[in-house]
Amino acid sequence: MADSDVTSSEIVELQPVSGTSWLNLREVSGDFARGLWEEIPLFRLVLGTCPTLAVTTSATNGVGMGIATTFVLVASNIMISLLRKIIPDMIRIPAFIIVIASFVTIVDLMMAAFTPELHHALGIFIPLIVVNCIVLARAEAFASKNGPLRSTADGLGMGLGFTMVLILLGTLREILGNGTWFGIPALTGVMGLFNYEYQPMIVMVLPPGAFIGLGLFVALANKIEEKRKGKK
Amino acid sequence: MDNVVEILLILISTIFVTNFVLARFLGICPFLGVSSRIETSIGMGMAVIFVITLAALSAWLIDKFVLIPFDLVYLRTIVFILVIASLVQFVEMVIRKTSPALYNALGIFLPLITTNCAVLAVALLVVQKEMDLFPMLFFAVGASTGFTVALILMAGIREHTVHARIPKVLQGTPISLITAGLMALSFLGFAGLVRM
Repeated sequence: MADSDVTSSEIVELQPVSGTSWLNLREVSGDFARGLWEEIPLFRLVLGTCPTLAVTTSATNGVGMGIATTFVLVASNIMISLLRKIIPDMIRIPAFIIVIASFVTIVDLMMAAFTPELHHALGIFIPLIVVNCIVLARAEAFASKNGPLRSTADGLGMGLGFTMVLILLGTLREILGNGTWFGIPALTGVMGLFNYEYQPMIVMVLPPGAFIGLGLFVALANKIEEKRKGKK
Repeated sequence: MDNVVEILLILISTIFVTNFVLARFLGICPFLGVSSRIETSIGMGMAVIFVITLAALSAWLIDKFVLIPFDLVYLRTIVFILVIASLVQFVEMVIRKTSPALYNALGIFLPLITTNCAVLAVALLVVQKEMDLFPMLFFAVGASTGFTVALILMAGIREHTVHARIPKVLQGTPISLITAGLMALSFLGFAGLVRM
């Protein structure tokens, strides 16, 4: 329980009013929520763009990639946060990379066994979660300095924020580029009701659509943030 | 003669048809991060060509002579990322000792390359496709040259867009992504040129 002792002393230092409880819900939920908007990885920090652009040809792929990355984020955050006192400072980056690579290998083998179709669709981008900057950035910036509970919340928040953007981009590209959503004929079906035939914008499922779609989403996020700042 | 044709096909397909950045989405982070000036992007490109070729060669050798004989193929990801990280460190040390001029040109880019997903991707692709030694080498050279070509083109465009009047919300990342999208659109023109 050495970790919880440290956490409690930190919390007491930061918020003396909160009493003796080492489980500070407000702080943990703050760590969780930060990944969802304030530091949402893809919009604010523009990390992890490669898998985002590559796998979002459909919303389903986006969900798969998001869950895989979230698992690796949470698991490696917990592991690194537990080991943070043991890992010498000099070799911390290689040590983090080994921890992350082990969890990525676990995800890779699990997906190959249980969801072979998704594994095939995501292809080389599953092993490439190792070099997804988000994972290493959270390990270095958060998990190596905080206890396991806060690190779990942080990993979960960041992972869900990442997944959210993947689903958004996957939805946009799949609906416009293919007329379907999660495989359901959404746009083609609706337009079929009015006896129109939907001509898919193929370019959206091709590489240019990924770049332009993400570019517009980042611009939208900037606009919303600007509005929010303006109100304050 | 057949070999020459094959090598040419590999080079053309990796540089233009399936360009690593614009068609395969590998190495986007440095592509967006280090493309604001042409000189730095040339330096980064050269460092990437150098490291990718070396990394692909060592990954291929390790896979062929260690992982496959000992039935350890499932450890590929872990082993390759370690090989790449230590290779980058090693190359940095060797260059610093032997050629200070080269170190000044490439030095600052080398640490960045470890997290460039194109490096790990090339290493994984050459062993997954079970390529032979020479096709593998040309695949690595072609892939990294394709990255460099895209990077330098992007830097050329961005040097001009700096002076353009861009709407405030599009400044920075969004306009870079949209520019990349238009470049990808033009690279689609190469599709179908080579069937691999």
